[in-house]
Amino acid sequence: MSALQRRSLLAGGALALTLRPLQAQKPSQDSALDTAIRAWAGGVTPRDGRVAFEVAALVDNGNAVPITVRVDSPMTEADHVREIVIFNERNPLRDVLRCQLTPANGRAEVGARIRLATSQQLAALARLSDGSVWQQRVDVLVTLAACIES
Amino acid sequence: MAVRTLIAVPAQARRGEVVPIRATIQHVMESGFRPDGQGRTLPRDIVTRFECRLDGQLVFAADLYPAVAANPYLSFVLRAERSGQLAFSWSGDNGFSHGESRPFVVA
Repeated sequence: MSALQRRSLLAGGALALTLRPLQAQKPSQDSALDTAIRAWAGGVTPRDGRVAFEVAALVDNGNAVPITVRVDSPMTEADHVREIVIFNERNPLRDVLRCQLTPANGRAEVGARIRLATSQQLAALARLSDGSVWQQRVDVLVTLAACIES
Repeated sequence: MAVRTLIAVPAQARRGEVVPIRATIQHVMESGFRPDGQGRTLPRDIVTRFECRLDGQLVFAADLYPAVAANPYLSFVLRAERSGQLAFSWSGDNGFSHGESRPFVVA
């Protein structure tokens, strides 16, 4: 091996070392939650706002966690919420609930009781009749997890 | 086996008023991720779909996933425009299907 080859190999190695941290960051920024949201949003980037996601920050019992989602919308034929969905970060499945709304609702508001396997981030998203997508994410602490008891 | 439901519809609503509707149905919502006593995973058995229609017109619907708690409870609101019959229906795994109806009175 000539000195020149050795030098270029060393230079290549140094380059790889400097590049690796950048490449490693990519998948961690793009969590499973983000992937699920992107698949549902279908090319539309969710914007923060308009969605109010009510859930206790500290959950005693993950087996039945009350949640409420309200979206700021006049709910008219021309301007209404078509869909409200809930995703989670660390349950076995990302999906929780997908609701379809109509102008007949008069107000965009949905309540349910859900299961949480562990402390995690939840996301509530709304798709409006103009095609825009809005979201609010919340972090919850769960003391008694769902799914573990047989 | 009779399926128990709990449905709350206001007895009467004023025209233009936005009123709450709540519906619960008795169902285990077995997630498909829980082990039984022998360590075998219990097969999934959940309600997958809820629909509410006013005189046949769909006003609210939901797709449910295993992360919805047992005895699924859903609440939404309805703007009182006209009286009619509210039909609630649930369907799910293993051919599960149940329907209820309640009068919706708009004064």
